[in-house]
Amino acid sequence: MLPSITATAARRFANRSHIPLQTFVVLAKTGFRRYSTYRQATLAGIFTNSVFGYLRCYVMLAVAAGGGGTVAGYGGAQLVSYVWVGQGMLATIGIWGDTELATRIRTGAVVSDLLRPVPPVTTYLATDLGRAGFALLTRFAAPVLVGALAFDLYVPSHGATYPLAAASIVLAVILSFGCRYVVNAAAYWLLDSRGPQIAWMLASSVLGGLYFPLRFLPGWLATGLWVATPFPSLLQTPLDVIAERVTGRAAAELVVLQLFWVVAMLAFAAAVQRRGERKLVVQGG
Amino acid sequence: MAETAELPAARGALDAGERFRPYQMIFKAQLRAQMSYRMSFWIDVIGGVAISTMDLATVLVIFNVTSVLGGFGFRDAFFMSAIASLAFSGADLVVGSIDQLRLNIRTGQLDSMLVRPLRLLPQLVSADVELRRAGRILEGVVVLAVAAGIAHVPWSVASAVLIVLAPIAGSVLFSALFITTATVAFWWIDSGEFGNGFTYGGRDFTNYPMTVYGQVFRRMFAVGLGFAFVAYYPALTMLRRRDPLGLPPWTGWLSLVVASIACLVATTVWRVGVRHYRSTGS
Repeated sequence: MLPSITATAARRFANRSHIPLQTFVVLAKTGFRRYSTYRQATLAGIFTNSVFGYLRCYVMLAVAAGGGGTVAGYGGAQLVSYVWVGQGMLATIGIWGDTELATRIRTGAVVSDLLRPVPPVTTYLATDLGRAGFALLTRFAAPVLVGALAFDLYVPSHGATYPLAAASIVLAVILSFGCRYVVNAAAYWLLDSRGPQIAWMLASSVLGGLYFPLRFLPGWLATGLWVATPFPSLLQTPLDVIAERVTGRAAAELVVLQLFWVVAMLAFAAAVQRRGERKLVVQGG
Repeated sequence: MAETAELPAARGALDAGERFRPYQMIFKAQLRAQMSYRMSFWIDVIGGVAISTMDLATVLVIFNVTSVLGGFGFRDAFFMSAIASLAFSGADLVVGSIDQLRLNIRTGQLDSMLVRPLRLLPQLVSADVELRRAGRILEGVVVLAVAAGIAHVPWSVASAVLIVLAPIAGSVLFSALFITTATVAFWWIDSGEFGNGFTYGGRDFTNYPMTVYGQVFRRMFAVGLGFAFVAYYPALTMLRRRDPLGLPPWTGWLSLVVASIACLVATTVWRVGVRHYRSTGS
């Protein structure tokens, strides 16, 4: 029978917040490799994303036609791009990512994460970036390609859009990671983190802009969501940048807002982790 | 399960009541288990209701920026969405967890189910019914009543019968689809999200008038998989609206036929799948 171990012992090591870049890169590579082994699941996912791409694309085109060609500032081709790039983004940011951390907290396996010389938030972030890298090459690229072949996809016309879009995607990946980390870490207090998981699933998809572009909502509501919650920075911002619904200064401002949420969310995740470690009791036996 | 030891199944001829008893026992045990974690149960109920509310709210938001969708106004489109939502909730309640089949196959648990003197599909269904999904049914019924009021359905005996039958037939069709796509796991264990494209995809597809979709895609989903008969055609029949796609006004009643065909296909595929099953050996 194992004695019950509290995590306090590990905190001494976890305080090291700076790790060599090399370690980070190695961890990211393992994340990439791990997900690259799930080949059949990747194919199945691409298929499903494409079916939903067709579905939502036709609905959005009908909306554009009903609204006289342009709705909420989006032309038909921009909405096509919004839908297909959106389907690609889902798996890239891992919006419905696994509940691994929550499960590890519940089962007590998280204790081995705490014994490592790298803080858990950093380890999980590195592996998640690796996962996103693989997703970008497969689950992002494939649906966008399908969309481009089947519909008139909007191609960004400003040169500045491309680097800005790349930055926006990376920020969205990190932000999604931070949010999911916090949702999972709720298990330190609740053990069953299903409530927060469901709330996250709803908020990220509806308020993130998956069900409909947030600009379909009344202006004050959309702006309020953007400023007061991190959700629009997950999907809506990168999609608006890529579809050039916003350009120039306005686009850059939205990406800066994303950056703000990334920093805030990572700091919050680290704080939650520290408090959680004090709370954690691993039942032995 | 311990109860299996004294199952009446071993005793030759059975009346119908006795035949269903083992499944009732599994079902009740499942309910007790789900109700014992009260907090989780209520969180799931509220979450489920919130999710189907969002699907319906999406239709509202879309009509905030356009007044016509595929030739239909808000009242008609929302009526279709309400039928589709209730139909899907019904299927989700009964067989929504059947996609867990691939986990049963992977872990080898299916072996232990196959050796019981019970039928496999009823075993899986009675063990997987999730009561927490019942909240969505209640919501769906209320929303459908409201939507029918908003759409000014011309009432008659026929439309009253159809408004009850259409969600049931739709549920049967969705259930058949859940079962058929889960069966894929007998051949393709790592099918992952593959089935979702048809089940949850079908839920999204039926949420809007069929006229919004491109011809090839519509033929595959609306006719090939029968989704047009979940909400679109029954709604047109009840509303006495002419079909822009050219089918006669009584087409809505065909949803019963389509649901029966889907059942036939699902049971056939299921039987072939079970016969194909080879244990993973773990």
